[in-house]
Amino acid sequence: MFAYLVRRLFLMLVTLFGISVVIFFLLRIVPGNIVDILFAAAGYVDPADKANLEKELGIDQPLIVQYWHWISGFLRGDFGYSYVSEKPALQEILPRIPITARLAGLALLFSASIGIPLGVISAVKQGTRLDYALRVVSLSGLSLPSFWLGLLILTASVAMFGQIPIFNPNPATWLEAFATYAVPAAAVGFRSAALTMRITRSSMLEVLRQDYIRTARAKGASDAAVNYKHALKNAILPVITVIGIEAAFLIGGLIVTETVFNIPGVARFLVEAIRWRDYPIVQNLVMLIAVVVVSANFIVDMLYAVFDPRIRYTD
Amino acid sequence: MADTSDLVLDVKNLKTVFFTNSGLFKAVDDVSFTVSRGETLAIVGESGCGKSVTALSLMRLVPDPPGRIVGGTVTLEDTDLLALSEAEMRKIRGDRISMIFQEPMTSLNPVMRIGDQIVEAVRLHRNLSSREAQNIAVEMLRLVRIPEPVRRAREYPHQLSGGMRQRAMIAMALACRPALLIADEPTTALDVTIQAQILALILDLQKELGTGLVLITHDLGVVAQTAQRVIVMYAGRKVEEASVEALFAAPKHPYTRGLMASIPAVPASGVAAPERLNEISGTVPSLVRLPKGCAFAPRCTLAIKRCEAEYPPLTDWGGGHLAACWRAAEVAEVA
Repeated sequence: MFAYLVRRLFLMLVTLFGISVVIFFLLRIVPGNIVDILFAAAGYVDPADKANLEKELGIDQPLIVQYWHWISGFLRGDFGYSYVSEKPALQEILPRIPITARLAGLALLFSASIGIPLGVISAVKQGTRLDYALRVVSLSGLSLPSFWLGLLILTASVAMFGQIPIFNPNPATWLEAFATYAVPAAAVGFRSAALTMRITRSSMLEVLRQDYIRTARAKGASDAAVNYKHALKNAILPVITVIGIEAAFLIGGLIVTETVFNIPGVARFLVEAIRWRDYPIVQNLVMLIAVVVVSANFIVDMLYAVFDPRIRYTD
Repeated sequence: MADTSDLVLDVKNLKTVFFTNSGLFKAVDDVSFTVSRGETLAIVGESGCGKSVTALSLMRLVPDPPGRIVGGTVTLEDTDLLALSEAEMRKIRGDRISMIFQEPMTSLNPVMRIGDQIVEAVRLHRNLSSREAQNIAVEMLRLVRIPEPVRRAREYPHQLSGGMRQRAMIAMALACRPALLIADEPTTALDVTIQAQILALILDLQKELGTGLVLITHDLGVVAQTAQRVIVMYAGRKVEEASVEALFAAPKHPYTRGLMASIPAVPASGVAAPERLNEISGTVPSLVRLPKGCAFAPRCTLAIKRCEAEYPPLTDWGGGHLAACWRAAEVAEVA
């Protein structure tokens, strides 16, 4: 187990290094930099002025030097300065993280707490009307893009209440905080919940056919004990995998949802930064997201060992 | 025959049917039998003859849909199991009546510790603390002769061999000291050397605990070693019932005779083994389209016109030896 952990951590580092190279060079491939964009509106510009500014920002240096400069800074926690606001990039990014983290966390919570029980119910009641109804709901969840669902929610709230939910940056109570985040989180989490439900259902159907389920019934266990204690614990592995992957995909959904609901989180901020070719913000932020995604995968692998004693990372 | 007051199980006219796309079929058709305290009743027959469905019917674990028990009574001690609600039945399952299955490899929950699985069986029926139930679990593992029971209780099924797992299943089934134990082909999936050990273990514990045992098997060798009485099933019906001695001495049904002839004998020294093993020609008929008369008639060498036209009634041929065959009287002579 220890050897596996070490190898797994080493692989994580290799992955992150690869990601850092890809982020860095992809950004440089995109035509134009912050200087081009700043001067684009000005018509004729003295090339010397441009060169000066580029030199000041350090983007005139060879790419390999720029890369080293960035990645060594990232490892030290020195994220550089935003080109746009000229404030330290860390100061720009940090306050926005909790907002997106809460949204993502709540969305995942929705997806697990709604998707798993409904998946179990759907499997146990296979072939009944309830099962068909739940499957239709989950199919629609998979088919509706979250930004469109978000727009529908906004339109509906205008039609019904005459106003849209306004983002409250300083909620006074837990309830207010929940109210602030719940609607956008539900819009993003609906898809994940639908996916979680489908995976739970098919995994449960597979497990419910197993001999040990019959053994549990033969002991006199109740339906609830059979379904949740015996079956679900065996059926949960694929579900964990899917939720882990969803945690990564969620970022994509959040970019549009934060825009639709006008929430000042990192996802929307990232898109703004890309528009300005704000290299320090984009590079460091994407790198942070990569760390989160890679860690989520790592946690999923570790959870496998927790839930299934047969999985032993011995070799 | 045992005294009727000593009856643990009394099954009368049990009927279990399955509703399938190709039609309704009677998996168990009008089957009756009894088991006394400490007695072993063997149910014998080919795959698909209704043995396992009979066992599941006693436990009321026939998957519904597609299956349903449509008739008869199953009386366990003083309780008619078929009249109980599902909640009442749950209290009896695993407590007064319990079951061991064929596949020890897949019949234990792979993500639960062995000990916890036994603890669950105990705590479902006894108001005990987790600690007390743990002690019982270890005690049961010791009873089924699993070495180092304390350590084994903490292990998962995949850490045990097939024979050990079946021992653990037996420990679980007997944890509440049931009045009746059903063993559905308990040794079929095991190595031959382990088979004998497991059978001996079941019989020892049965004697020790006074449990009635229904042993389902297709292996007549097992029957001869273990049972006091045998019923032979074919196509969902009981075709013969007798004490083990009577059955092996003089089978009354051609099907039983065929089964016995199919057991390969070890050839005596100097005698060449027969080129071909004996078999009952043909296959079990589809239960959806059973013939009007005797279901075995198409495969029977003794079949006459009447066999195809009329189902033979179960008739007592003396000493409780029942057989459903028009030509039962001649079977012994032909053999």
